Amino acid sequence: MRLPHWKSRQRPNWPDYLADRAKRVRHPMLKQFFSEMRLDPDRPIGETPMVAFDLETTGLDAGRHDIVSIGLVPFTLSRIAMKESRYWVVAPRRQLSNESVTFHHITHSEIDGAPDLGDVLGEVLSVMKGRLPVVHYRHVERPFLDGAIRERLGEGAVFPLIDTMSLEARRHRRRRWVWVRRLMGRPPASIRLHESRLRYNLPAYQGHHALTDALSTAELLQAQVLTHYSPETPLKTLWS
Amino acid sequence: MSIEQLEIREHLSQFAPFEELADEWLDRLASEVEIQYFPAESTLFETGEELTELRYIRSGAVEVKRRSGHLFNRLEEGDIFGYVDMLRGRPARYSAHTLEDSLIYFFPKALIQELCDEDDDFSEFVEAGGQRLKTRVEQYHRESDLLTTRVRRLVVRRPVMVESTTPLQTAAQQMREYSTTSLLVIDPTTDMDATTFEGQDEHYWHLVGMLTDRDCCTRVVADGIDPQTPVGEVMSTRLVTVQSDESVYEAMLTMLRNNVQHLPVLYRRRPMGIVQLSDIVRYETHSSLYLVSNIYHQASVDGLARLSGEVRQSFVRLVNDGANSEMVGRALATIGRSIIRRLLELGEEELGAPPVPYAFMVLGSMARDEPTINADQDHALVVDDAFDSDAHDRYFEQLAVFVREGMAACGYARCKGDIMASNPRWRQPLSVWKSYFNDWMDDPNPEHLLHSNIFFDLTCVYGENRLVEPLQELIAERAPHRPLFLAAMARNALGRTPPLGFFRTFVVEKDGEHKNSINIKRRGTAPLVDLVRVHALACGSKAQNTFLRLDDINKTQLLAEGVNDKLRYAFEFLSMVRIRHQAMDIETDQEPDNNVMPDNVSSRERHHLKEAFEVLNHAQRFMAFRYPIPPDAERKMKSKRKGRST
Repeated sequence: MRLPHWKSRQRPNWPDYLADRAKRVRHPMLKQFFSEMRLDPDRPIGETPMVAFDLETTGLDAGRHDIVSIGLVPFTLSRIAMKESRYWVVAPRRQLSNESVTFHHITHSEIDGAPDLGDVLGEVLSVMKGRLPVVHYRHVERPFLDGAIRERLGEGAVFPLIDTMSLEARRHRRRRWVWVRRLMGRPPASIRLHESRLRYNLPAYQGHHALTDALSTAELLQAQVLTHYSPETPLKTLWS
Repeated sequence: MSIEQLEIREHLSQFAPFEELADEWLDRLASEVEIQYFPAESTLFETGEELTELRYIRSGAVEVKRRSGHLFNRLEEGDIFGYVDMLRGRPARYSAHTLEDSLIYFFPKALIQELCDEDDDFSEFVEAGGQRLKTRVEQYHRESDLLTTRVRRLVVRRPVMVESTTPLQTAAQQMREYSTTSLLVIDPTTDMDATTFEGQDEHYWHLVGMLTDRDCCTRVVADGIDPQTPVGEVMSTRLVTVQSDESVYEAMLTMLRNNVQHLPVLYRRRPMGIVQLSDIVRYETHSSLYLVSNIYHQASVDGLARLSGEVRQSFVRLVNDGANSEMVGRALATIGRSIIRRLLELGEEELGAPPVPYAFMVLGSMARDEPTINADQDHALVVDDAFDSDAHDRYFEQLAVFVREGMAACGYARCKGDIMASNPRWRQPLSVWKSYFNDWMDDPNPEHLLHSNIFFDLTCVYGENRLVEPLQELIAERAPHRPLFLAAMARNALGRTPPLGFFRTFVVEKDGEHKNSINIKRRGTAPLVDLVRVHALACGSKAQNTFLRLDDINKTQLLAEGVNDKLRYAFEFLSMVRIRHQAMDIETDQEPDNNVMPDNVSSRERHHLKEAFEVLNHAQRFMAFRYPIPPDAERKMKSKRKGRST
């Protein structure tokens, strides 16, 4: 992947990267997507349209497993509009194993007759267009979407996003006192979606439905920003 | 999109008024909702703001305040707010802030309006004022009338059944033994047909007829038939029956249509009992009538005391049968008054005839026909003016003590304020009573009146009504022209105020304090009774009952349009909450009290209670304004109070 400073502690230079991608990609769908994703690193989060997205997959390895459902919830810091939310079940190109069925509750029969991701990709990208994506744990969503798009369009799509898990990790995992807690035998605070939400008095949801998880993520981000940051916080301190 | 899996819909469906919505509407609400997270102490809206959305608390807690900054309400998960002003298209009269980190759902005005247009229950819920209470009060009574009660509820025991070969005399003896007025006649059979049933002996039986005491009279005795004749020869074979799940109303119609007094009730084909027309009449009127006739048959205080358990049972039955507060109140008042009358009869038997005529009057709730099951004693004696204290008072004192102790034995606690005929102060000739009332009305003083409030509800229960009527007339004539007296009564009536409502498992008080139970009498029914009494006195009403007083008040221009109805529904609702709470206490073997725990109040009921409290609150504020104490009078009263204490 052609990501500037990808492995370093510094955050990537997203504007340059996006401008570069907009120039280089060939597929018109991706070209439009990247050209409309103009995100100023200094733009306040309170003025940024966002889209929470969640994928349910047949497993955790983007190389071996595949996407089965996609949930998208467009929102801003002040409103989550369910009317604009979207949800798709798509047929995985790789096999749906029985273990994963018990995990995300999408059954073989639901997938029979479901479209291929390639058929809905246009819609997915048009809902995401111009919005900063928000996920919980980017290391699943980012490579899966990149891989799936690469497989269908011949070129990938990596873009900046806000990872609510990493925002949570900043508070609970990367502080010096965490080590003190560990020395004292206390377990680290869980930064999974469910446990993170409870810290903000957000209701417990049944997890593992792409739309519910996307909604959960949107609510969590509102809570995190309003609790630890502010609507004026620039994107560059939040995205990764 | 698969909305049905969404948490939003699930959550909405658990709370009023969404819980009763059709699935399609829940889907729509869940798909059009907007959501926002608010950390604790965020402002949701300020007074004067235009509201365009109904707000719903998904998690967290919200505090609503009046313009004055006073707490108006505290809301929790599942509560809605901001909709009243929104629907009326006026700016917010309250401000709202989060108490805790909260997730709020927003529903646009247009959607809610559309929902109101389509769903009557929903619109009734969100419409403000007494309307919602009224609906609820009416629902209670609909739920319990003759149309919906099944006839099997009237069946008290299995039918007595004999074979058709049984001699008439044996059958009559059976009727005597079971003290019943009818028998069913059955025959064994092996054929199965429409009237065959399997008995408890596992044999098949055929229901062939019925024999009633009336048959015995008109067919057997009148025609001189031999007592050894088999029952089958004289029984009525024209059988009219009813299925056990039919309504009481249907059973009554069946009897009237067929001109029969006895109606076998069948479960499928098996007879499960016989209902008589009198059972239905009894059901429809008060089962307490039977208790009352029993009271008059008791020959001793012990006998009366033994009936007090039955009073409770009869109360519970009335409540479970869906009686309204007026019916329950009247039944309990009738029972209480009957006990007093019987005690006085017994007392006179023991002490001899009274030396001068007298009237025994009850005061307070008993006089208003509104006692509850835990009412205590409040009574007084009015004696003829021929009364000579030295010569006669010994007799009346003994009589009053006899009644007081007798009532205590029957479960009526002695009055803590000693407002009982056994207190010499409240055992006086009519002329003294008149001067008491004149004093109270002409020279009022709130403190003084505080303990005399209760004398303004009075009724004669025994003896000479001509000794009580003049007092009622005196009050009705003079009270309307004594503004200072009305002001003093109004001030007392404001001494007890309603709470704001419930928040989680707490009762919310005005200053934001929490309590874990609410005294529904002290904070609800009693202040309402006091309030209605003041208005009734002001309009010269002679009625004692709160509903009848409201009728009289309604004939005047005293209250604004619609307020009378709101007070009526609020009173009915609060009374029923109290009555049902007490019935539940009795059924669970606890001593009935007035302390309602928020846990025992359903989410829907909470809204209604809150509304009833609001009605009371508004009415109290109006009363304070309507009967002001003139400043010079206030000074006078203060100096008088000072004078007394020194």
